[in-house]
Amino acid sequence: MLATRSAHVLGDLMTKPTYIPFPADARLSFGGDEFIFIELSEDMRIAQALAIQSLAKTLTNLRVPGVIDICPAHASYMIRFDPDVLDLDSFLSQLREEHERAVSADLTTLSTRIVDVPVLYDDPWTRETLLKFRDRHQDPNSTDIEYVARVNGFASIDELAAAHSAHPFIVTFPNFVPGNAESVQLVPRDMQIQAPKYKRPRTETPSRSIGHGGAFTNVYPSFGGGGVQLLGRTPIDIVDLSQTRPGFEDRPVLFTAGTLLAFRAIDLDEYFDIRSSMEADTYRFRQAELEFSIDRHTSDWRGYNVELKEALP
Amino acid sequence: MMHVTAPGLRTLVQDAGRDGYYALGLPPSGALDQRSFRIANLLVGNDPGAAVLEFVFVGPAITFERDTHVAVTGATVEIAVDGVPQPLWTRLRVLAGQTLAIGPMSKGSRGYLAVRGGVDVPLQLGSRSTYETIGFGGHEGRPLVAGDRLPMGPSADVLASDTGAPSLPEELRPPLSAHVEISVVPGLCHYRFTADSVSLFFSTTFTISHEANRTGYRLTGAPMEFESRAQPFGAGDDPSNVVNLGYPLGSIQIPSGTEPICLLRDAVTGGGYVTFGTIVSSDLDRFAQLKTPDTVTFRQVSFEDALAMRRRAQSELTQIARLLGQPPHESTVPVEGELP
Repeated sequence: MLATRSAHVLGDLMTKPTYIPFPADARLSFGGDEFIFIELSEDMRIAQALAIQSLAKTLTNLRVPGVIDICPAHASYMIRFDPDVLDLDSFLSQLREEHERAVSADLTTLSTRIVDVPVLYDDPWTRETLLKFRDRHQDPNSTDIEYVARVNGFASIDELAAAHSAHPFIVTFPNFVPGNAESVQLVPRDMQIQAPKYKRPRTETPSRSIGHGGAFTNVYPSFGGGGVQLLGRTPIDIVDLSQTRPGFEDRPVLFTAGTLLAFRAIDLDEYFDIRSSMEADTYRFRQAELEFSIDRHTSDWRGYNVELKEALP
Repeated sequence: MMHVTAPGLRTLVQDAGRDGYYALGLPPSGALDQRSFRIANLLVGNDPGAAVLEFVFVGPAITFERDTHVAVTGATVEIAVDGVPQPLWTRLRVLAGQTLAIGPMSKGSRGYLAVRGGVDVPLQLGSRSTYETIGFGGHEGRPLVAGDRLPMGPSADVLASDTGAPSLPEELRPPLSAHVEISVVPGLCHYRFTADSVSLFFSTTFTISHEANRTGYRLTGAPMEFESRAQPFGAGDDPSNVVNLGYPLGSIQIPSGTEPICLLRDAVTGGGYVTFGTIVSSDLDRFAQLKTPDTVTFRQVSFEDALAMRRRAQSELTQIARLLGQPPHESTVPVEGELP
């Protein structure tokens, strides 16, 4: 039986009930009987996040029978498997090898896209929603965007919006609901906008809200619950699982892992203009394919970010 | 066709689920109580993964436009065909023009109505399940409303298996208690909690709150405490914040150390609250039958225990399938032990 064959791998697990050490200080644990969860570090590191994406691609291409999902995240990844099918012992050995290879490899470039994301910061819809949930927030007397501006040392919400839209973000974790993708700004750590999540999550968030929690910005594709600070709203739709709308022919979600997002502040008039053309299916996403160079980002992030944004049509 | 004359409180088309899209942020959906769902299908001679109607608290009334067989399983609920009371967990003959009415529940929270041939809404990404969060799958991505007409899959009116037991024996039906013990494999970000909090988690009683739906159940109970650490870059300042990570199905997160949230089959696939561990898949069936103010205690089990529990549940279903005159379902797991 599976459990017997796995005994030597799981020996540690029986005495120390939770974690199996994995290469490069990572730790493995099981999520019930169907998930493997591997955390590489507790903090976010951009290069490591790209290594995790590369590992996820490799693992997906192996097409191991019994592996159902491979889900890369910012500093961890998760694998859903069917224990009735997967040969767990042999998969764990293979996983250990691929994991070690990915974290020690020197990634140079990433084939990806940059997409223009228009944002109405401090919009009326998210403001109305967040005011309903002040009892779940750190600062019941501010709006989310006022709070994020203040705790990051900006004098005004306009200054925060300017910093948020000045440099592109890169998607490092698509998750939560289809279309949602969390991204980190391509700036040094000391320039990252950071904010805690709500003390308890909201039960409502308008569709297309721009959220920010930890160091990550996301766009909520659809109405639903949510736990991060709300900064604004975009008029563009970012998911179409039916893949019948223009722009979604090749993929059901606009923001896939590795996509660069260039947020751009717009006013209410432009918001409504884009929204009308979006609803009429006449809007065309502003986007461009490019090779993202990790070296260029490391050596001259500021200059490189200007170049990246210039790639947009 | 089946004609919805009354929709019930919230009735959705569900099946075994839509696997393989978790990385896209798309959870599997599907029947929350998979055991009751599969047995409903076995009773009417369907493939155990065929699409059914899942209802909560108050069931629908359905008028059938052709003769068929149906079965209602899951929660304890009153059912009647044209006003005549009928038994649960039993294959029922319903004639064209007759109406099956499913009343309010007395125990449990989710019921399943299987019809012979299955509910034949279009497959979306390989499944007929409804994912209501984004209005996807099922019947137009939404709960049924009065006047909806749903296609039934083709099937012979009389099957060879109709000679099998027409009803599931009492002792194999779920007890649907207002208090259950649920098995949890500790892991994920479990290291964030103090040893005292871990012991407390496995000894205290939690109550199901009114915020309990197909995405997850929020519980109330004793607060948990965290090991102190400088919050890592990207996590956010609250000690219950982590750099966002994947949430397994059945995982338990504890925002601010209070009000644990257990994720079910419409789970959000990731987020930034600290996770404690994961409910064993075969225990999610009993968990999903709870409702506010039912209570739950958690029992710590190892990964190996979890696999053994899974095998037992599969083996029991295989034997139930035989009992009901169905060929063994797709599982290749050998039968172990005897039925209770």
